[in-house]
Amino acid sequence: MSLSLSAHLPERDVQVDLEVADGETVALLGPNGAGKSTLLAIAAGLLRPQDGRVTLDDRTLTHVEAGRTRAWVPPHARQVALLAQDPLLFPHLSVRHNIAFGPRSRGASRRTAALEADRWLDRIGLPDLGGRRPSAVSGGQAQRVAVARALAAEPRLLLLDEPMAALDVDVTPALRHLLREVLADRTVVIATHDVLDALLLADRVVVLDGGRVVEHGPTREVLSRPRSAFAARIAGLNITPGTWSADDDAVRTTAGDLVHGRLHDDGGGAEPADRAVPVTGTPMVAAFRPATVSVFPARATGSPRNSWPVTVTALEPQGDLVRVRAGRLSADITPQAAADLAITPGDEVWFTVKATEVDLYPA
Amino acid sequence: MIPRWVAAVAAVGALLVVLPLAAMAARVNWADFWTLITSESSVAALLLSLRTSAVSTLLCLVVGVPLALVLARARFAGIDLLRSLVLVPLVLPPVVGGIALLYTFGRRGLLGESLELAGIQIAFSTAAVVLAQTFVALPFLVISLEGAIRTAGTRYDVVAATLGARPTTVLFRVTLPLVWPGLLSGTVLSFARCLGEFGATITFAGSLQGVTRTLPLEIYLQRETDPDAAVALSFVLVAVAVLVIGLTRRSRSAL
Repeated sequence: MSLSLSAHLPERDVQVDLEVADGETVALLGPNGAGKSTLLAIAAGLLRPQDGRVTLDDRTLTHVEAGRTRAWVPPHARQVALLAQDPLLFPHLSVRHNIAFGPRSRGASRRTAALEADRWLDRIGLPDLGGRRPSAVSGGQAQRVAVARALAAEPRLLLLDEPMAALDVDVTPALRHLLREVLADRTVVIATHDVLDALLLADRVVVLDGGRVVEHGPTREVLSRPRSAFAARIAGLNITPGTWSADDDAVRTTAGDLVHGRLHDDGGGAEPADRAVPVTGTPMVAAFRPATVSVFPARATGSPRNSWPVTVTALEPQGDLVRVRAGRLSADITPQAAADLAITPGDEVWFTVKATEVDLYPA
Repeated sequence: MIPRWVAAVAAVGALLVVLPLAAMAARVNWADFWTLITSESSVAALLLSLRTSAVSTLLCLVVGVPLALVLARARFAGIDLLRSLVLVPLVLPPVVGGIALLYTFGRRGLLGESLELAGIQIAFSTAAVVLAQTFVALPFLVISLEGAIRTAGTRYDVVAATLGARPTTVLFRVTLPLVWPGLLSGTVLSFARCLGEFGATITFAGSLQGVTRTLPLEIYLQRETDPDAAVALSFVLVAVAVLVIGLTRRSRSAL
């Protein structure tokens, strides 16, 4: 089920070519308004480009030339499922009937569809919630049900539009884990502004900005190349590549600094004990949010195990905060703190982050 | 905060509605009430009213649901004009509606002649009652359902389509269930309007006992000959109206 999409939509200033191979998961990375949702809508048949073509395998779904539609398959006949940020479970149907909706629409009997729904409920780990109304399940559960509902429709192509964005941070790991499991071997496009989604779910990344593809390539490559600073910046996440050092129980960066953090394996084991500990030399990536970084004029004493000397390269406003950039790393601090430290570009400061705020992934 | 004078005017407004009803209830001859409302002509009128109103409401649903959907969702030149035209019966004196229907379906009407040739005569038949009621009640259903469909939006419909549901499946399994409260109140309002319909019916369908003489017509005629019966039947109509409104409010708040 390979997807080939090429679309030009002047009113949204979008001009993009996108190829997704059979069984591949591609992450569309980019800031809000980059055109990610527009691309998904075009693929799903919810939006007509001014010029463009969408082909799934050898079937042309959309073909428009200069505003004139040459070929058009309506959304329901595309076998393209779209999962949005909001689970949008049908409120008048039980959880089971929500999942059975796709099979029923395909023409499955009530019984077959219900059995299929129950299989999915088991698979997403919610076997007892089938009879509940969507209003009686949590946000995280609802999004899992939405994933099951989309996949139960047996789509040839699955589109995910910021599937984690509306969830509490403490339930996103569980959903990400589920997605990792069910998305394997499927053809998927996932729009996200979170580098972690790309890192953990996608084989390949396409970075969009201003309606254009500005960067693309295999996920690990994009995230470890110098240019990936762009991806890291739009995601607002600090990404530091390095290798595992078993002696230090930490990641040693290319600059020689040690980064301590919470070790994640490839998401397979639910219990820490099940997780494989990497051997020395394994390529790793450390990821942490700028908001978790504190800035000190000198080396901090006390509990934080991660503290590195850096040279400030720029200061920029970031919402109510000030973003302190130091090469490829950044820290978000309050204007008050920035004023107290009297930071200016060129200053030597120490970036400090707690080990519990750092996620370590095999790269 | 409600200014005191507003509350006073509101009270006058409420009295304007309640006082006449109370005055009428005070004139009901309770001793003979049962006999009055069970006379042959009364029962015939009541049954005819219920039967025709039920059929008319069904007819309103059959054409009104698609009409509301088109008005809420379709985009084409002239849709605003169409919306205004569909709502005309709301503000038109029903007698005028009756005359319009007569010139459409009457013996010499626009469609009447062809229908006559086909052996179908509508004017002054029970079918005419149903048509007259549908004509005046349709806007109530359309206006209420169109608003509900607009408010509901199309987000769930889009999801259903991407899950492989055809447009018709989406309509019956997603769109309509989601606007159920609006559909229900629209239906009930239409039914109530059908039950009270007078002007268009008497103009277009006449007043034949058991055929076209519905309850409001019966009340109007009885007023001349037997005021007690007219008042008793009026009371029945008020009771039905109150019941209907109460039921919708209840089911609305339950949803």
